[in-house]
Amino acid sequence: MIETASGSLKPALGELSQGRPRAGFFSRVGGGAKRWLRGPSPWLNLLGLVGFLVLWHLTTRVLKLPLFVKLPGPLDTVKEWFSIQPVYGISIFTLEYYQHIGLSCLRVFLAFLLATGLGVPLGLLMGWKKTFSDYAFPILELLRPIPMLAWVPLAILMWPTRESSIVFLTFLGSFFATLLNSWLGVKSIDQAYFRAAACLGASESLIFRKIVWPGAMPFVFTGLQISVGYAWFSLVAGEMLAGEFGLGYLIWDSYILVQYPVIIIAMLTLGLVGSLNSLAIRALGNFLIRWKKRESGQ
Amino acid sequence: MSVGGAISVREASKIYDPDGAGVLALDRCSMEIGKGEFTVVVGPSGCGKTTLLNAIAGFHELSGGEIYLDGRLLSSPSRPARPGSDRIVVFQNGALFPWMTVWENVAFGPMAQGTLSKEAAKAKALSGLEAMGLSLIADDYPGQISSGMRRRAEIARAMACEPKVLLLDEPFRALDALTKTVAHQFLMEVYDRDRPTVFFITHDLDEAVFLASKVFVMTTRPAGVKKILEVTLPRPRDYRLLASPEYQSLRAECQDAVREEALKAFSAGEREM
Amino acid sequence: MIGAMSLKKRLAKLAASRSLRRGLISVALFFVLWELSARLKIPVVGAIPAPTEVLACLGRELVSAYYWRSWGVSLARILAGFAIAQVLGVPLGLLLGFSRKAREIIFPIIEIMRPVPPLAWVPVSVIFWPSAEMSMIFVTFLGAFFTVVLNIVEGVAAIDVRFLRAAASLGSSRRDVFWRIMLPASLPSVLVGMTVGMGVTWCVVVAAEMIATNTGLGFMTWRGYVAGEFPMIVVGMLSIGLAGYLSSGLIRRIGLHFTPWLKGQ
Repeated sequence: MIETASGSLKPALGELSQGRPRAGFFSRVGGGAKRWLRGPSPWLNLLGLVGFLVLWHLTTRVLKLPLFVKLPGPLDTVKEWFSIQPVYGISIFTLEYYQHIGLSCLRVFLAFLLATGLGVPLGLLMGWKKTFSDYAFPILELLRPIPMLAWVPLAILMWPTRESSIVFLTFLGSFFATLLNSWLGVKSIDQAYFRAAACLGASESLIFRKIVWPGAMPFVFTGLQISVGYAWFSLVAGEMLAGEFGLGYLIWDSYILVQYPVIIIAMLTLGLVGSLNSLAIRALGNFLIRWKKRESGQ
Repeated sequence: MSVGGAISVREASKIYDPDGAGVLALDRCSMEIGKGEFTVVVGPSGCGKTTLLNAIAGFHELSGGEIYLDGRLLSSPSRPARPGSDRIVVFQNGALFPWMTVWENVAFGPMAQGTLSKEAAKAKALSGLEAMGLSLIADDYPGQISSGMRRRAEIARAMACEPKVLLLDEPFRALDALTKTVAHQFLMEVYDRDRPTVFFITHDLDEAVFLASKVFVMTTRPAGVKKILEVTLPRPRDYRLLASPEYQSLRAECQDAVREEALKAFSAGEREM
Repeated sequence: MIGAMSLKKRLAKLAASRSLRRGLISVALFFVLWELSARLKIPVVGAIPAPTEVLACLGRELVSAYYWRSWGVSLARILAGFAIAQVLGVPLGLLLGFSRKAREIIFPIIEIMRPVPPLAWVPVSVIFWPSAEMSMIFVTFLGAFFTVVLNIVEGVAAIDVRFLRAAASLGSSRRDVFWRIMLPASLPSVLVGMTVGMGVTWCVVVAAEMIATNTGLGFMTWRGYVAGEFPMIVVGMLSIGLAGYLSSGLIRRIGLHFTPWLKGQ
């Protein structure tokens, strides 16, 4: 749980700041791979995964339990996914698969860029200048409780093309998380640093560059990791309701066309791409906040 | 060698009013601090010492009275002081910027004020650190060095601005006894070399008498000056001084004064502010 | 008497406060600009129905049975999905937190499922469950489930070892340590998981209703779009926002009741 500077921040930030991303399975494979392989855990990990797959297979294909029997089994999915000539036209050997991935990534990238470009400066400014936050905070509080997916119809109504409304939705998903965490980042900076900088004769612009910016950086990056998660979250909804391409659309389209294995392929792809995405941001963050890492590793 | 640095606090008062209940932190406190004097302020917790320091530093305004620096009005209720590089604060919990290396921290002041170019500031920072025996840690981040080193580095950062006044708010509070004596020695050397005016807040009476040329014992809140002790022990001082009878009697005198106020504060149920 | 005095004083202070004045100015300005942009048909933002239209629509809806039925349907789904997520998620989270073996076996599965956005589950859920209502509740459940589990695992991992040692040296049995130390120590993170989970749950239910049903607040909002009653969209959004806000507030309130030692922190 992220400590907040004052009680009043807590309710405001509850939902977004505390849904903090965690070090996941994939990150472990990267960093401490050797150490990880030596302990007993890889076998247990494997046991869990294999058990899950076997259970999936048994329920859907061998025992053919009611309800489960309608779902595609793991073998169907994998066969389709890695088939050179897929039955339903989607596998790692088809161009279409990558077009869906590419378009979803592009949308997330654009939205994420916009959300970061607007959210980080606004958040930093709100944290730094009380006057600004006095004006901006009430409006933010007015808009924030509305779940981002409730914006779907309005987004479609507002924007001239479907493409722009999907990007807008995805943007909304990331924007608030970025804004609030950047703001919280500035709030988390010890007042003594501002005083020390003022003592040492720093101008406002220097204080911004040398205190506000680096000091808020750890929170900003936490915010970015959360925000990219939210971006994928809203992207899927947007694509399902309004898309003409993309992984979310693929899921929905395959459902309509009764191409069930493709649904699972698209879901797993979404999870994979999403994980890689937040992993990349974490790596960038760790690189930019080296001073913090050294501090804790003393 | 710094020029000037005489501080005159005249009838300074400060009322905190966080939620309507006015708290008088400083009550018509007057204090004369000569140029280049090593002043130590002792008093019970929460008595308003830090309030006074903050007013001199320019972090908040006074509710009454004035503060002068070298005869020039520094702070009054109508004209609050602004922080300036002629008065540098070394903070209670330390405020080295954790995202800058030690030399970057030391070079920050001259660079921020635009008095030196980046290269010149770096050169000056490095030579300053060397003169203070800190060149080994120049490239480290504050998080990587010991707390004693951090305090020294922060003093080095302050001195790089060549301040007239050095304001220290219980800088060595968190250090263990051994590290503390090393830090004292360090501060003494810095003081003996550059002779800034020092305004040093502490609870530790040994520290107070050992470092000071003048000790101000404050009353419990609202703070006022209860007693002034002139410490005429010769400089440069070192730890052997602690055994001398002059030191012992000064310390005892100081202790008596502080204890009386501490008891008052305790029975009034004061808590750390 | 004293209470009344101080309240009056506090209100006077609040009224005089610059922050409040600024806040009121900016909110007023926000609504004026919104109204103007709708009237002047400014591109993009002008497409949002004006606040006056929204108010009129809200007035009509507040007395319509359909509106309140939508509230009821969505609330019921939230309640069911959220409750199931707690019932399954809390014990699983505790198990994963306390048992290293269980963590090693189950965590990778969770780590693979978690990054898949909950809404991507909608079609699978619809295929799997025999009724639309059940599939809706399942997706809602998923939204809260992972958040709850992961928060508890993290909370248990963050328990200060000194508490456990202190308890051991005071002579507690293993059972005691679990019930009187570990459980209360992880309670705050259970509550954080619930609060965050509630936010996600509303988000999921709304979108799922738009995608796959024809009842509930989410569908009501979507219908506003499809039927061309655009002010209805905003009414729907505001209702959902209010519903989410109220339910998160309720959880926080309940949470504070069960963790009195966190008050004032």
